[in-house]
Amino acid sequence: MLNDKLKFSRIYLIAVFIVLYAPIVYLMVYSFNSGGTMTGFEGFTLDHYKEVMQDTRLLIIVLNTFVIALLSAAISTIIGVFGAIAIHFMRSKSKQTLLTLNNVLIVSPDVIIGASFLILFTIVGVKLGFVSVLLSHIAFSIPIVVIMVLPKLQEMNDSLIDAARDLGASTWHVIARVIMPFIKSGIFAGFFMALTYSLDDFAVTFFVTGNGYSTLAVEIYSRARQGVSLSINALSTLIFLFTILLVIGYYFINQRNNRLEDKGAKQ
Amino acid sequence: MEARTRNIYLVPYFLWIVLFVIAPIILIVYYSFFNVEGAFTFENYQKFFTPVYMKMTLSSFWYALLITIFSLAIAYPTAYLLTKTKHKSLWLLLIILPSWINLLLKAYAFIGIFGTYGVVNAVLETIGIGNRQILFTDFSFIFVSVYIFIPFMILPIYNALEKMNPSLIYAARDLGASSMGTFRKVIFPLTLDGVKAGCIAVFIPALSLFMLTRLIAGNRVITLGTAIEQHFLVTQDWGMGATIAVFLIIIMVVVMLLMGLRKRGIVLVKR
Repeated sequence: MLNDKLKFSRIYLIAVFIVLYAPIVYLMVYSFNSGGTMTGFEGFTLDHYKEVMQDTRLLIIVLNTFVIALLSAAISTIIGVFGAIAIHFMRSKSKQTLLTLNNVLIVSPDVIIGASFLILFTIVGVKLGFVSVLLSHIAFSIPIVVIMVLPKLQEMNDSLIDAARDLGASTWHVIARVIMPFIKSGIFAGFFMALTYSLDDFAVTFFVTGNGYSTLAVEIYSRARQGVSLSINALSTLIFLFTILLVIGYYFINQRNNRLEDKGAKQ
Repeated sequence: MEARTRNIYLVPYFLWIVLFVIAPIILIVYYSFFNVEGAFTFENYQKFFTPVYMKMTLSSFWYALLITIFSLAIAYPTAYLLTKTKHKSLWLLLIILPSWINLLLKAYAFIGIFGTYGVVNAVLETIGIGNRQILFTDFSFIFVSVYIFIPFMILPIYNALEKMNPSLIYAARDLGASSMGTFRKVIFPLTLDGVKAGCIAVFIPALSLFMLTRLIAGNRVITLGTAIEQHFLVTQDWGMGATIAVFLIIIMVVVMLLMGLRKRGIVLVKR
């Protein structure tokens, strides 16, 4: 009886895993297909990878995507960390208001963010393209960084700051020498999250890119609408492998942080 | 900290709030009062209450509801069984991993899988059911949406289950509750917050999906999101698009209030 239950639960979980991974595996397998479609595997080939590597337009778009992701993650991390510090030291009433405002962009649907930013940029006169995409990515990444950093600040003992102040530290010193080191893991987590959100975003970017500027997601969308092309599969496979590397890296950083914190707690 | 020095490095953050949080909302509301010619009017709101838009809103709701229900039905047992496995955190990571992959790539994969000559049809053919039109149907739209949203539903439920004190289950068992009874009276109510968070994380994005409707549903399904995109980027009728966006925002706020998430445990998962 117990064994049956165990078996059933295992089958259920395995089924969920198979369904979750099937499309991804499917994409990867067909990236090696010598036939031109995603139906009927004809033979093994690396042609589609070669095609990706020779497609300068595509490579520029990949580069765009990474530049936007790194820049927006870095800038939003800086702004977000200070924002989190501001929220943390607020009185509780204005703190609540600020937190609500902070979270608006996290809970809003992408379409609304995209549409409203499009209006904003048009009114202000920002040309649609690199600048508008970068600004939007910074804008939707900031609250994510804040959310990742805030819990770390809450963990911090405020008497640490009082002590530093008593010892004569300036505001800047308190931030740089006391607060920053304490919330370091939160900052890394925020940066990483911002990075992946930016790499992943389609809807917002779709609204605020003009002609001639494109990121990977937007490019894939327009290519996919034209039909299946196996170079997208090859590209997806590469992105997938890269994503896995990122996630594994993040996982290990997290683990290390936790271990270090455990050690710190014990000492 | 002294107010003056504090202000200087907080400027970017507050500027961000004003420019990218408050201003966009005001702009959306402002634009909803203008028609295509740029004249001030309430026309858009009148138009929204005509049968065409009402039907669209209702169908958008209906699809989002179906997607949420199916996601919950699949995700709850998954989350529950996950908490029972040996290497929980590893399994959870594996469940979450697909959600890190760009949504468009996954949608693109389904074009191949569900296509006329795709795997599913090949299987149907061999079983003897024969070739069916799967892509560009309601079924494919809901299937792919549920596929995409499942991790967002699993994560909050898993967290809620993990937070639960297991001795409560033992207590229920000792007092003679059946496993069904324990689930209904103890486990489910205690994880309700997770379920609510998951439902919000699925329902609201499901209302506003737009690329899936084009890639997978072949424009047969029109959600509020598709309509907004259409008005902004295709017909250039920003006023009407903004009006629909206003209603989407209202719906969003109502859903959140209804779910009563006071202490908003925002689930930070991929949209």
